[in-house]
Amino acid sequence: MSLEILEVNGLATLQDSGRTDWRKFGVPTSGAMDPFAFRAANLLAGNDPHCAAVEIGPGDIAFRALRDCVVSVAGVGFALSIYIWDFPLWSSYYVRGGWTIRLNKLDFGVWAYLAISGGVQTPLVLGSSSTYLRGAFGGLDGRRLQAGDVLRFGIPSRPLPQLAARTLPESARPAYSDHPTIDVVVGPQEKYFTDASIATFMSQPYFVSHTSDRMGYRLEGPALVHRDKVELVSEGMTMGAIQVPANGQPIVMMADSPTTGGYPKIGTVVRADLPLLAQCAPGKSRIRFQRTTVARAQEKARRLMGRLGGSIEAE
Amino acid sequence: MHSTPKIVPLGDSAALVRFGDEIEPAVNRRVHALANLLEASPPAGIIETVPAYATLLVHYDPFVISFTQVRDFLRGKLSQAEETVARKPRQLQVPVRYGGEYGVDLESVARLLHLQVEDVIRLHSERTYTVYMMGFTPGFPYLGKLDDALVTPRLETPRTRVPAGTVAIAGSQTGIYSVDSPGGWNLIGWTPLKLFDPHSETPFLFSPGDEVKFIAEQ
Repeated sequence: MSLEILEVNGLATLQDSGRTDWRKFGVPTSGAMDPFAFRAANLLAGNDPHCAAVEIGPGDIAFRALRDCVVSVAGVGFALSIYIWDFPLWSSYYVRGGWTIRLNKLDFGVWAYLAISGGVQTPLVLGSSSTYLRGAFGGLDGRRLQAGDVLRFGIPSRPLPQLAARTLPESARPAYSDHPTIDVVVGPQEKYFTDASIATFMSQPYFVSHTSDRMGYRLEGPALVHRDKVELVSEGMTMGAIQVPANGQPIVMMADSPTTGGYPKIGTVVRADLPLLAQCAPGKSRIRFQRTTVARAQEKARRLMGRLGGSIEAE
Repeated sequence: MHSTPKIVPLGDSAALVRFGDEIEPAVNRRVHALANLLEASPPAGIIETVPAYATLLVHYDPFVISFTQVRDFLRGKLSQAEETVARKPRQLQVPVRYGGEYGVDLESVARLLHLQVEDVIRLHSERTYTVYMMGFTPGFPYLGKLDDALVTPRLETPRTRVPAGTVAIAGSQTGIYSVDSPGGWNLIGWTPLKLFDPHSETPFLFSPGDEVKFIAEQ
């Protein structure tokens, strides 16, 4: 019951729904950059939504199935081929032993998730299979996946034919776009910024910098101006928090974000829109931010996850 | 009399309880008192908390509990936390080899502060410190408060690699590098204790709120 990696030229790691319970000790949650696509991939494969899956960063990857299995792929910006056929993402497929699965990177989008029915099996570290590269633990020996690695998977929840050929319709997915509008809950340090800066942030386009990674997305756009202080005593933060250091260029904290930080936060990207941000291609996607309330953000997340739960269709 | 802490949202899945905005032992004790109370009886929907110098960040699951519910719950717990007698903190002793191969900044720190090396060691090791918070890297304790005579600026250019176990000072704080990592603090010694081992039954040497005393090794 395994899948071999034939080649990989991007960043591929094992991730799950994240490593909670250790943040007070300074351990980042890690987990999927696009939590929606990750969860969708697992559900399509008939897995528990917390199972480990392969996160594929910008770049190509190829696998060979060593046994018959069902795989599902969800994400943005990749072309999928299995054996000699091309297939769309956001579906599950029956793969015969010996067949090759290829994901080739396209222009827009960043991340895709390959889940295997039965889930990728890997020892838990601090309760999670997620790889934390800077800490060199979790996933497969704390490192990125490379050619020759063999991923073992568990027992599928149902007979394979019942798990294959399932799909999540586009209407149930987040509104992925190369010019997304992303909701932000303002604060808690909005008073550290001039009113004009907050207005700028909520109206002008920003781009993701090429120096971004799993820890944070650096934004390029009009600089934001602090009123006076540019540092505060460190406090806890979360994925989506938008820190603004002295140079005025915001950084959105992502899955490998440190648990605490000392720069003022102008706001936090809401959970329902983290997938949209995560999939923004560096230098290409044109992002606009808009203000929302906590109650509206939570309602949006409920609707999105509700659609995911009820929309998987057999073809 | 204490000021009433503010509770504000951080996005749609965390609430920040702010007791103050400075590094102040009395403020930090209130942070840990609330954290301990929540840990003793965690309510449904609250995932975990992250104590920092003057704030407690409460991560919650918005599918189970709303921000307003979290805020109301925390307000109730706050009055309870202020009345509860503080739990006696765990006390740990940390052997330190000052100077030498790892404490490469010990002599320059002494020169900068117009102190003898022996005085720096004595001032650093005679106090009992509190783990105000943990962060930066897994298992890294932010300890304070240093004697005023030991306050130093951070390095202008951080080092790209500081070995795990290195004891360092910066500003009014001291800390111990928990894993090999970049670092901008002044390095004054080294401890053989392991601060973080993700594969161990007890992955972390310290917990937030612990009391720590350094013991100078000859």
